[in-house]
Amino acid sequence: MLPQFPWLSLVIWLPIIGGLAVIANGDKNAELTKRMALAVAVATFVASLPLWLLFEPGTAAMQFVERGQWIPAISVEYYLGVDGISMPLILLTTFVTIFVIIAGWEVITYRPSYYMGAFLIMTGIMVGVFSALDAILFYFFWEAMLIPMFIIIGVWGGPNRVYATIKFFLYTFFGSVFMLVALIYMYFQADSFSIPDFHGLQLGMTAQVLIFLAFLIAFAVKVPMFPVHTWLPDAHVEAPTGGSVILAAIMLKIGGYGFLRFSLPVTPDASASLDWLIIALSLIAVVYIGFVALVQDDMKKLIAYSSIAHMGFVTLGFFVVFSIVRHTGSADGAAMGIAGGMVQMISHGFISGALFLCVGVLYDRMHSRKIADYGGVINTMPWFGAFMVFFAMANAGLPGTSGFVGEFMVILASFRADFWYALLAATTLILAAAFTLWMVKRVVFGPVGNAQVAVLKDLDRRETLNLGALAVATLAIGLWPKPLVDVMEPSIQHLVDHIQVSKLPERAAIRVQAVPQAVGEPANLAQLLPRTD
Amino acid sequence: MKLIYLMIVLAPLAGAIVAGFFGGRIGRVWSHRATIAGVGVSAVLSLWVLARFIWGDAQTFNGAVYTWLVSDGMRFEVGFLVDRLTALMMATVTFVSLMVHVYTIGYMADDAHNWPEGALTGRNSYQRFFAYISLFTFSMLMLVMSNNFMQLFFGWEAVGLVSYLLIGFWSVRESAIFANLKAFLVNRVGDFGFILGIAAIGMYFGSMDYAEVFAKAPALADAEVAVFGGVSLMTLVCILLFIGAMGKSAQVPLHVWLPDSMEGPTPISALIHAATMVTAGIFMVARMSPLFELSATALSFVLLVGAATAFFMGLIGLVQNDIKRVVAYSTLSQLGYMTAALGASAYAAGIFHLMTHAFFKALLFLAAGSVIIAMHHDQDMRNMGGLRKYMPITWATALIGSLALIAFPGFSGFFSKDAIIEAVGDAHIFGAGLAWLLLTVGAFITVLYSFRMYYLVFHGAPRMDEHTRSHLHETPWVVTIPLIALAVPSVALGWMTVEPLLVNNWLGDAIYVKPEHDSLHHLAEHWHGQIAFILHGMGALPFWLSMGGLVLATAVWLVMHKSNPNIDTELQAKGGWVTRLLQDKYGFDDFNQKIFAGGGLDLGRFLWQAGDRTFIDGAVVNGSARVVGYLADVMRHLQTGYLYHYAIAMIVGLVALLTLFVAF
Repeated sequence: MLPQFPWLSLVIWLPIIGGLAVIANGDKNAELTKRMALAVAVATFVASLPLWLLFEPGTAAMQFVERGQWIPAISVEYYLGVDGISMPLILLTTFVTIFVIIAGWEVITYRPSYYMGAFLIMTGIMVGVFSALDAILFYFFWEAMLIPMFIIIGVWGGPNRVYATIKFFLYTFFGSVFMLVALIYMYFQADSFSIPDFHGLQLGMTAQVLIFLAFLIAFAVKVPMFPVHTWLPDAHVEAPTGGSVILAAIMLKIGGYGFLRFSLPVTPDASASLDWLIIALSLIAVVYIGFVALVQDDMKKLIAYSSIAHMGFVTLGFFVVFSIVRHTGSADGAAMGIAGGMVQMISHGFISGALFLCVGVLYDRMHSRKIADYGGVINTMPWFGAFMVFFAMANAGLPGTSGFVGEFMVILASFRADFWYALLAATTLILAAAFTLWMVKRVVFGPVGNAQVAVLKDLDRRETLNLGALAVATLAIGLWPKPLVDVMEPSIQHLVDHIQVSKLPERAAIRVQAVPQAVGEPANLAQLLPRTD
Repeated sequence: MKLIYLMIVLAPLAGAIVAGFFGGRIGRVWSHRATIAGVGVSAVLSLWVLARFIWGDAQTFNGAVYTWLVSDGMRFEVGFLVDRLTALMMATVTFVSLMVHVYTIGYMADDAHNWPEGALTGRNSYQRFFAYISLFTFSMLMLVMSNNFMQLFFGWEAVGLVSYLLIGFWSVRESAIFANLKAFLVNRVGDFGFILGIAAIGMYFGSMDYAEVFAKAPALADAEVAVFGGVSLMTLVCILLFIGAMGKSAQVPLHVWLPDSMEGPTPISALIHAATMVTAGIFMVARMSPLFELSATALSFVLLVGAATAFFMGLIGLVQNDIKRVVAYSTLSQLGYMTAALGASAYAAGIFHLMTHAFFKALLFLAAGSVIIAMHHDQDMRNMGGLRKYMPITWATALIGSLALIAFPGFSGFFSKDAIIEAVGDAHIFGAGLAWLLLTVGAFITVLYSFRMYYLVFHGAPRMDEHTRSHLHETPWVVTIPLIALAVPSVALGWMTVEPLLVNNWLGDAIYVKPEHDSLHHLAEHWHGQIAFILHGMGALPFWLSMGGLVLATAVWLVMHKSNPNIDTELQAKGGWVTRLLQDKYGFDDFNQKIFAGGGLDLGRFLWQAGDRTFIDGAVVNGSARVVGYLADVMRHLQTGYLYHYAIAMIVGLVALLTLFVAF
């Protein structure tokens, strides 16, 4: 295989064209359509494997680069490429898509071709987001993503789907408008829409702060971060199972990815002076959302809130870097925080996806998501119960599962930044265990809850395959995360080095020493920083 | 050697996988054969490793198996550290585990009765139980054989997971699934401290590897950290790690989960909640002795927590009527003794007691289980009595276990417990005097609750109903053989091992004690053999308190009980508020339930209602939607469609603009 082969284009356009073909095929022969959709999903996953197998480790440079003119008038390019940060996310996307297709096999009876087609198109678009190196191309995919999701929730969603879709659409659209303005501003500065060019751009502090805030709004909504998170529980509750899985497993990661691709490298000085804001919001997400998740009576809402809390770990890991440098004088451990956030994103893709599939399994049988409608499910569904307990434990960060790896790395890194960050972050050990296992206790364990539970059927082959594959992935990363982290390490190290150099035009010195105690940082936080002797 | 160690760890895991995933297919017999074979291999090899350390020339092994993760220059490895301390733990864990495996064949034989009709979970429960206890053995071995903090945490959480699964084994019982959730969450509170301690080590020592961390420790002995207004780094690290130990080894106030864990089947109460898992905290602190020795504050904290646990938890044992709960509170109390030994820097004595306790407490639990089998799963001592006649082997072994527990001269518990009390008496750190007093009086209480149980169960008139009494008989050999196998070390192990462990410093490099903290040197210097030690112990206060307790217990629960079968109840009633305080377990449970569980839920509800729904969604999100709607309403009035409105507006605008130009 020649490296020049356009693998990225293949992984983007194969599912999109395949999805259109699936739709064109129609619902007359539903079985054939579904098989076709599955074939496309598997083919896409297989096509994405070379990205990993042919990936050259040990370098932070963009790989599999494809570059061509698109709209020459404003120098917009068709410019693709991946590094160690985006490649794992692309594989996650193509991997999870397979299970989404399988999960919809029997339960989607209304126009399955459109359902499957929408998901396939969605996959291509999301891969596009992760691999675009041109800002307009990125924006194009970013916005395009909303359409299939809007349709999936709006057509196959629950009774309150209209409110949820509008809320979802407006929230995320509201976020991205500011990003577009920032991108256009940078175009005028750089005379290019190339993201690597943006990385090299010298920007004044005011510009950086404004750009940072514009990105923050866009990405914070996607992640979602407190306080712009309330669309997520509503969207999850109304979305069909597959929609929830894609939403939780992939779409949220796009926000986190944005922070690494744009916020940190483009506006390092603004990130350094406003990192307290992100850290505060992240810690609120862990603690506040942890308590909120505890009292949910709807399983999907509970898992949605749990996702927000876990994504808080991601943003915390990404932004402790500046505190670490301020506190210890070196960037040692900063890369661990970012790598931890990345591992957490991948792991959360598996675990939350699997948990939503678990809820889907129950919902397909009982048409209820209310915890109170269940109880003692394990008496009639022992295999399901085993999977549920496994993924619940993974969600609670049990070592040996992927859920532990990211949390552990982020706690280790944030301890270097500040004892109190680590202390608040570590409360997740208690809170995540409490809300997840309490749900398990009420749903899975106990005597048979009611007559409906008494006649439940255990997992069929299709469901076992789905959950089993995700369980294997969760265990594999938990038992040996080294290959995953090794792939990311050079890119992350490069990022850490990059953001330590000031981009202020008037100061080319190392920024972290040049900038005084962070602007607007609450005084008491600074006083509590532990010092090494 | 690495291969041997790998086999020791992986053999139980293989057994667990076979029984867990294929148990339904291969059936009950092959499931217990597979798991027993796995643990058997592990036990034989562990004993061989131990023997090589005792009689051979085995060297400390410290090596990696594979690299788990490399991030930012820090290596996280999975590897083994096998020195004398580890070898001792491995042998103890695998031997007790093997006995429990065999015993389980008898105890779980008719487990089908414990499940409701048609419950699929009950179908292969027997196989699943074996899979769990083998998985536990694997996890515990990973914990004790670890050579780094990451793997320690892995083992730490893995035993917690198995404990969770086993406490809630009978998942159809509300009390069981309440207890397992409680156990997991309370342990997580401990782990919260533990992981922060590990993070601190990662930051200040720059490594997860024990050997590297211990090598750097002396250089950081005087380091200060600006947390809580400035504390010594070592104190911070050690107390954080010890919070983890308080969770796992059930020290006050994180002890609340252990009594409830008795909801699990008795074999696991013996294996996990008495002999092995709960001693993980003790082992961990002993392993970390190079760190703890550098912080006198942390040692005092450890000592006082341990002594308080030993004394106050023993008292609760006096008012329990459930046979397993008496043993459970006894376990808490004995864990307190071990912890106190650690605090007094008598790590060897703590480990010594850990080992003797593992045997005699496993024995007591299994004997209690044997009684429970005979009583058709009635655990209330008020319904027992006179079982001596019906169950001679159980009776004899339970008596041996009880004598070992109360430190009767010559039995294994005597050597270890006496050494602890002596060491605490010789310690000079803050709180040693108070701790000595608590432990000494604790010895008296130990005898009272132990022999109250012993007499109520095995002596006096039978109080069970006629049906149960007519079916009473000794339990089958799979149950009695492990009892006998555990009774032997309960008698002899102390005598055999006291000299190498406490006098000749057999543990050697595995333990580090600062010379000025050494509280065992007195014992070592005046060592004239076991007999002299026993005679010396018989002249000391703890012995006389114990014997006083034995006389008192005999008088009340054997002699007076004969004439007045209600003596126990009457005594408790006379106790008034003291009894109530003990029955309420000092109110820990109520407090936690109200403040932490209830408070947490209230806080969650408040944040959700006030924060998410009212403020963010109500005011901001839907509010802005309403504002947009309102503005649109207002703006709509501008578009009236009447030409003269627009004309007037244009004229007004023109005039305004002109005025602007003219005026400025």
